[in-house]
Amino acid sequence: METGFSTAAYVVAAVLFILSLGGLSGQESAKRAVWYGMVGMALAVLATLFGPGAGLWFLSLVLIAGGGVIGWYVANKVQMTEMPQLVAAMHSLVGLAAVFVGYNAYLDLLHVQAMGPEARRALTGFAAIIAHKSPVEQSIMRVEVFLGVFIGAVTFTGSIVAFGKLAGKVGSKARQLPGGHMLNAGAAALSVLLLLFFMGGAGGWALVLMTALAFFIGYHLIMGIGGADMPVVVSMLNSYSGWAAAAIGFSLGNDLLIVTGALVGSSGAILSYIMCRAMNRSFISVILGGFGNTTGPAQAIEGEQVSIEADAVASALKEADSVIIVPGYGMAVAQAQQAVSELTRKLRAQGKTVRFAIHPVAGRLPGHMNVLLAEARVPYDIVLEMDEINEDFPDTDVVIVIGSNDIVNPAAQEDPNSPIAGMPVLEVWRAKQVFVSKRGQGTGYSGIENPLFYKENTRMFYGDAKDSVGKLIGHLD
Amino acid sequence: MKIGAPKEIVAGEARVAMTPDSARQLQKLGYECVIETGAGVAAGFDDAAYQTAGVAIVKTAAALWKEADVVVKVRGPEPIEVKRLKKGQTLISFFWPAQNADLLEACKARGANVIAMDMVPRISRAQKMDALSSMANIAGYRAVVEAANNFGRFFTGQVTAAGKVPPAKVLVVGAGVAGLAAIGTSTSLGAITYAFDVRPEVAEQIESMGAEFVFLDFKEQAQDGAATGGYAAPSSPEFREKQLEKFRALAPEMDIVITTALIPGRDAPKLWLKDMVEAMKPGSVVVDLAAEKGGNCDLTVPDQKVVSDNGVTIVGYTDFPSRMATQSSTLYSNNIRHMMTDLTPDKDGQVVHNMEDDVIRGATVTHDGAITFPPPPPKVKAIAAQKPKEKPKELTPVERRAQEIAAFKDQTRKQITLIGIGAAVLLLVGLVAPASFMQHFIVFVLACFVGFQVIWSVAHSLHTPLMAVTNAISSIIILGAMLQVGSGSWVVMLLSAVAIFMAGINIFGGFLVTRRMLAMFQKS
Repeated sequence: METGFSTAAYVVAAVLFILSLGGLSGQESAKRAVWYGMVGMALAVLATLFGPGAGLWFLSLVLIAGGGVIGWYVANKVQMTEMPQLVAAMHSLVGLAAVFVGYNAYLDLLHVQAMGPEARRALTGFAAIIAHKSPVEQSIMRVEVFLGVFIGAVTFTGSIVAFGKLAGKVGSKARQLPGGHMLNAGAAALSVLLLLFFMGGAGGWALVLMTALAFFIGYHLIMGIGGADMPVVVSMLNSYSGWAAAAIGFSLGNDLLIVTGALVGSSGAILSYIMCRAMNRSFISVILGGFGNTTGPAQAIEGEQVSIEADAVASALKEADSVIIVPGYGMAVAQAQQAVSELTRKLRAQGKTVRFAIHPVAGRLPGHMNVLLAEARVPYDIVLEMDEINEDFPDTDVVIVIGSNDIVNPAAQEDPNSPIAGMPVLEVWRAKQVFVSKRGQGTGYSGIENPLFYKENTRMFYGDAKDSVGKLIGHLD
Repeated sequence: MKIGAPKEIVAGEARVAMTPDSARQLQKLGYECVIETGAGVAAGFDDAAYQTAGVAIVKTAAALWKEADVVVKVRGPEPIEVKRLKKGQTLISFFWPAQNADLLEACKARGANVIAMDMVPRISRAQKMDALSSMANIAGYRAVVEAANNFGRFFTGQVTAAGKVPPAKVLVVGAGVAGLAAIGTSTSLGAITYAFDVRPEVAEQIESMGAEFVFLDFKEQAQDGAATGGYAAPSSPEFREKQLEKFRALAPEMDIVITTALIPGRDAPKLWLKDMVEAMKPGSVVVDLAAEKGGNCDLTVPDQKVVSDNGVTIVGYTDFPSRMATQSSTLYSNNIRHMMTDLTPDKDGQVVHNMEDDVIRGATVTHDGAITFPPPPPKVKAIAAQKPKEKPKELTPVERRAQEIAAFKDQTRKQITLIGIGAAVLLLVGLVAPASFMQHFIVFVLACFVGFQVIWSVAHSLHTPLMAVTNAISSIIILGAMLQVGSGSWVVMLLSAVAIFMAGINIFGGFLVTRRMLAMFQKS
């Protein structure tokens, strides 16, 4: 096939990718958008396979098919509650792939440089592109390869750690080796030094050493970030994987790689920014790990947590006209979304207004709760965002908080010394009555005491979320 | 230890400080309960009911006082009861220590520990023992019932075959616990209810009960409810004038007026003057809940119902809670029971008089032969200090226009700065880098820009699908591997092959999972 044709296919693929991302602005158009993405990807792969420069296309096809089977299997088997881990795990694949492709580019470069002029002319494919590069272009290419490998390596280990934290295989607490950020900074500085060596013509050892350093940075950086910040981390890693692809695109001179990498990179970056804004935190402070130190003693909390049983909650629900449910990570952990959906159906059948209030950082991924509720067949038009629903709490009879803690913590507004001071929260305490379904009396993910639980209009409904909601449904009949 | 409840000896007092129910709860705390025979009869609890609940009956008050370690009562002790107090005995009752200095002295002399239920601090934790509130709630309800009893018409408006009935208009002065209870009762009977209070912050509560807040157009430094523990404070003469003027204007329209205005430690303010009563229609009713403290109404006679010259009934009863003795005994005995719960931290039937506890310290007026009244200010403020409310200023169209223009200019300036910086950077790169690089670089910058524009519009609820789809798309790296797989040594081939394989997982996994997620979103 002609170069012109494959370029045309690339343009179409790029447009399809853009449409695919843009289509996610609404639930209905999103269903179409994912098809755009698939078609775009198929087009790009096919155009490359049969276009100029690709060799061993049969092997490629077999490998893609093999990977596809695994991907298909995993995608169908995964529980919706495990979505965050899955996304993190898949980022690590992209990261590692970027490292390998970067290495290859370097090996090819060496290979081509070693050849004589005649042999060069006979080259095809990627090697041919390299062969036509001037020395300046070659050293630019070295920088690109270096960057691609660096970002890819950070993404790889970072994603694995994020996966471990989200899956509960690694402790979610922020942990750092002694030296903390200085270690990261040192490793980064060393990498820059290696980049200079590498540009100056140093051999593959610089690349390998840098890869090791980048692996360490990825690991240590993400280990130092607490579990509550994982949504931001995942979207940040998403962004990194995009930048890595873009950098590799530069070194390979492939525009589609550049375009797509840049799209993914910028979208991940903006998503991280949106989330940080939702938590009222600066991006830098999230990346540098954990919550900032408090500036003074936290406000003492007055009162006691009063517990309540299912029958009393049920009778309050029977009398209520408007109910708002605030789900959090606890609902995901307890797999309670089906029970919650059942409860919603029951209440709606009795003519009550039931709505869901979703905080931007509820769960472990942005939009995590929406996905879970959608899985349980809760209609998405009663699932509202914080800004849409926060004003309605004073007119609400009953609020049920299921497994969320920090996102409904009034200390964010009332206590200037609280570590989460200033973070926008769902103002559930303004409702007439609040029931909090919670496993025990412990604090939330961030370890901050929640004055909501001590408020007069709050009752604690202890127990596993799934069991509790199940009992509640029993009492509603 | 033993808890005993004697019969109230003040004439007309029907309440009792212990009910069979509260006795059961007290027994769970490890106490034995005794009661004087016939103590609960007036409140509707006979001796048999107490016996069923496991309460011992004693024949005389003297025997009970002798036997009990803790005596619970409604009214403060009468002289004869003071004489029966023993050293170390605990007495829990209403006491009004500020008004009864002599009584306080006498109790101290007897060496008894006295806990005054009227001194329980008004903090959240102590609400369950706040007998003043529970009694005021009953008084507010009863005030409306008394008013209805003396009022010759319906409360609610009705259109019947026999003619149209206008709804009654009720004015409640003072929106404390009693006032709010009165508002609730009166609105649920169907009357049009108005309410007034000197504390502007209660307007919201008044409206939440279904009454209309009588707004007084008066600029005065608003009282902060926090400073006075949630109670009203005396108002300035100018304010009072303005207030009376308003009442005068309302008087001819109102059918029923219920006054509940009290200022702690003072005589009740006179708010419903003689001329206002005279301005009311014949058959109207005034119920004065402040009668015990001299009354809010000029014509109030404590403990009596009088009819004015122009036919307005003025009810000055001071025993509203006692008129609903069953209800008030139930609530009061629960208040006492909660107090005992706090006094018995180990649930072993032993009183631990912890003077470090804010609530117990606040309510205790004599302890260990010393007068402990007045208590130090509680460590916890009853009500959080009000934050000054910032009202967004209403902007004139001109100002708004100016603001918009300023915002527009600001935005323009920002954008131009950004574009300028971006252009400068691009130019700099262009100066150094070769043309082939620049080609790709332009594409890169444009793609970043497009990504930037597109992502802002993505719905928040779709952020997880967005991540999954961008994850799938980022496996575009497969193109690089596919281009390399055939172009070099076996090392290159191997690495590329692994990369292709991993990216393959990602492509399928990412897209399929996204599709699965999106397919679940459905409209109701």
